[in-house]
Amino acid sequence: MKFGVIVFPGSNCDHDAFYAASENLGQPTEYIWHDSRSLGNVDAVILPGGFAYGDYLRCGAIARFSPVMQAVRGFAAEGGLVLGICNGFQVLVEAGLLPGALLRNRGLKFICRELRLQVATTQSPFTGALREGQVLRLPIAHGEGCYFADPRTLDELEAEDRVAFRYLDNPNGSLRDIAGILSRERNVMGMMPHPERAADALMGSADGLGVFHSMMMAVAQPVRPVEALRP
Amino acid sequence: MSTIAITPDLIAQHQLTADEYRKIVDILGREPSYTELGIFSVMWSEHCSYKSSRLHLKKLPTRGKLVVQGPGENAGIIDIGGGYVIAFKIESHNHPSFIEPFQGAATGSGGILRDIFTMGARPIAVLDSLRFGRPDDPETGARNRRILSGVVAGIAHYGNCFGVPTVGGECIFEPCYDGNPLVNVFALGVCRKEDVFYAKAAGVGNPVIYVGARTGRDGIHGASMASAEFTEESKQKRPNVQVGDPFMEKLLLEACLEAMHTGAIVGIQDMGAAGLTCSTCEMGSRGEVGIEIELDKVPQRETRMTPYEIMLSESQERMLLVAASGREQEVYQVFRKWGLEAVEIGKVTGDGRLRVRHHGLVVAEIPNRELADEAPLYDRPHTAPPAVPAAPPAGWTAPPIKEALPRLLAAPDICSKRWIWEQYDYQVRTNTIAGPERADAAILRIKETGTAIALSLDGNGRYTYLSPRQGAQLAVAECCRNLSTVGAQPVAATNCLNFGNPERPEIMAQLVEAIEGMGDACRFFETPITGGNVSLYNETLGEGIYPTPVLGIVGLLEIGAPLTIPFVNAGRAVVLLGGLGACDDARFGSTEYAKEIAGQLWGLPPALDLDKEKRVQQAMRRIAAEGLAESAHDLSDGGLAVALAECCFGAHQVGAQIDLDSDLRPEILLFHEGPSRILISTASPKAVLGLAEQHAVEALVIGATVGSGLEIRQRGNTLGAWEISALRPAYENALMG
Repeated sequence: MKFGVIVFPGSNCDHDAFYAASENLGQPTEYIWHDSRSLGNVDAVILPGGFAYGDYLRCGAIARFSPVMQAVRGFAAEGGLVLGICNGFQVLVEAGLLPGALLRNRGLKFICRELRLQVATTQSPFTGALREGQVLRLPIAHGEGCYFADPRTLDELEAEDRVAFRYLDNPNGSLRDIAGILSRERNVMGMMPHPERAADALMGSADGLGVFHSMMMAVAQPVRPVEALRP
Repeated sequence: MSTIAITPDLIAQHQLTADEYRKIVDILGREPSYTELGIFSVMWSEHCSYKSSRLHLKKLPTRGKLVVQGPGENAGIIDIGGGYVIAFKIESHNHPSFIEPFQGAATGSGGILRDIFTMGARPIAVLDSLRFGRPDDPETGARNRRILSGVVAGIAHYGNCFGVPTVGGECIFEPCYDGNPLVNVFALGVCRKEDVFYAKAAGVGNPVIYVGARTGRDGIHGASMASAEFTEESKQKRPNVQVGDPFMEKLLLEACLEAMHTGAIVGIQDMGAAGLTCSTCEMGSRGEVGIEIELDKVPQRETRMTPYEIMLSESQERMLLVAASGREQEVYQVFRKWGLEAVEIGKVTGDGRLRVRHHGLVVAEIPNRELADEAPLYDRPHTAPPAVPAAPPAGWTAPPIKEALPRLLAAPDICSKRWIWEQYDYQVRTNTIAGPERADAAILRIKETGTAIALSLDGNGRYTYLSPRQGAQLAVAECCRNLSTVGAQPVAATNCLNFGNPERPEIMAQLVEAIEGMGDACRFFETPITGGNVSLYNETLGEGIYPTPVLGIVGLLEIGAPLTIPFVNAGRAVVLLGGLGACDDARFGSTEYAKEIAGQLWGLPPALDLDKEKRVQQAMRRIAAEGLAESAHDLSDGGLAVALAECCFGAHQVGAQIDLDSDLRPEILLFHEGPSRILISTASPKAVLGLAEQHAVEALVIGATVGSGLEIRQRGNTLGAWEISALRPAYENALMG
């Protein structure tokens, strides 16, 4: 399976996503520059964390206009897998590929912390290898991760089983403890926690591999057993 | 420009003495122009020239078998094997952080990060050493908390956006930092050995290229520079604190590293203090060449800037590089890709002079070497450090141990700094094996080599105030001990020397003795100092800070699960490597206990036996290497009792039953800060004691870990017993709670 990692000016988790996909998962992976109008022949694309274009206006508000986002839209419309992590989630929301908005954390401070996350659905290409209700330990690192949407949207997300992950210890005030959501077609996911930072037990947790394994399963590739990846 | 007369007043306003001015006239063979006066004044400032400290800095060890680059470049470099090196340095940004905490701290981070990547190394870690006035002071507390909040937010803003993890550091609170906080930022980067770049110009005719942000009027001169001439010239006053743009810096990082890979870059230096002035003359001086620039070509964000302003601006996120003639386009192409300006502003010449033109006219012409490397050098008089109270004060009584421990755990210096470090992204780049407060040192993997490094920052103003020489040695010892406690071999150091006014002989004495003590200790532990920073004149209203040398030391270790602080399992032996130690009333005056409970500082710092310290650390590294320890934590602020409590604050809240066989008074026994001691929990006490004996190190089994609670006895009598759940909240929530 081939992963593509988008690089916006100001992306700073692009190397980490690349390393997780290429080294921890052993999959072919390539960077895709923000002014590219094509994604090439990737099977899945990752919008990494960081501060795209500095995020000085509003997180993701400028990145949505970048040329590569046209390609991402087209890729998503054709059913390609799109994973937005942290700033990538913010960009997907600004681009209208996912509903809602990400506001400043309750408490108004940047928070970097490892926390518990519950798998809210396994019916998606990003969570298929996980168990319903399974608790993952993943880190967050964001200043604007408070998920917000109007009640109707929230009801709709829940009715359509599109909440992918919930916080067990809500760190940022996200409504209904939402940490990650799916698009209606379920092939686009945004999440504030960082699965790519939890891809090696030595770094504290390997629970994030479940997300990537799910994607690989969905693209019908053999999955290397988790044990083999531990040092 | 040239119409401004150089009067004695103007010279004084530039903080140049009459002698220094005469030296300038000698060098030039004529009176300087206004622009030249400005250029000399910044290059010969204490900050850029180290004129008060240079003589003594020579006493520091700077060589070692791993040292690739010692002091004199933008950062020190050591070889970590496998074809890779690390570049690291510490810098202060004390004064700007007091005037504008957020931007002062943010630009401090920006400056040190540029120092690292200008060497060709990608920054992978930041640590910060912070000192503020007390947050709980009834009079100054509110302001101190505001400064603390601003500084932390500034470091977080810059580092988080830039994408470098802030993995550790220290934070101390003393009234002497009320009007003068210390913000020292350490940064470290990694690169291939053959990819190191130097700030050296070479090749007559090669283009000199300016890259990054545009030049504005921000940051011109220090706060003292507000002459009538200056304001008349610039029409308006601007704050002297610069504004940082971490996004711009991130682009600059990527573009510089990519441009370096083209092979078209000859030399490169960031524009930090003294901006364009410093980068041009230092690169010229190092390369023994001249540099000629035309200021009209310098990208400017304000109109009608004078040569004086352009040369002295400290606008952030700018770099100067020399490219190979004919290969400029390769460089421009990379910077265009990243959306950055790159403009040729001049050429390398063969005459060794810095020649600055404005609208074609020469406005400054100064020999580079004299300007950059022949600044005045002072052997300032030094007498004895200020006298300190020798004896414990009357009027306080030791509270029961049961009460004393929770009070100390909630003390600002000792309590958890989670409030600070959770605002920092300490994981980005996915190398953080042990981040803040997990182990005694931060541990990072080096993906490129498959090995790991450990990092620690330490300083102790109280100890150094009581004895500059011993205090500096203790800081080196503790820093090395922190590394050894996680199993790392300390290999090289960087230092940040924060002191008061060197023109006062007793302050100069602090500086001299601290440097000598630090030099002795660094020689002893074989941790050469590869660079650093001196920050003097840290005084407010004539009151100096405690002399505060801060050490940043780097250690090497194998990659693996980290040796962390908390007890892991019940039923393990608790071993105190190094023994209970000795302390008397005089030495007790330097402890956190004396500070928090007696409210005083007196006497002497803890006694340090360098040889014993080294043996304890060697034993600890062996114990770690053989996997005999389940947890390890060195004793420092707050002594044995505080260290024991911290070991109980793990995820499973494993406690301990301790019984101490000692004649010492209970408060001294539990809270003295004698060095060379490490607490270990182990399933193999015999093997641990055996290794200790091999190193001629005392080691005592002082108790065992238990399922819950901490109880400390002295020869069977209970001194204190606590539920961990009752002890922990004070420690966790004290800071800004």
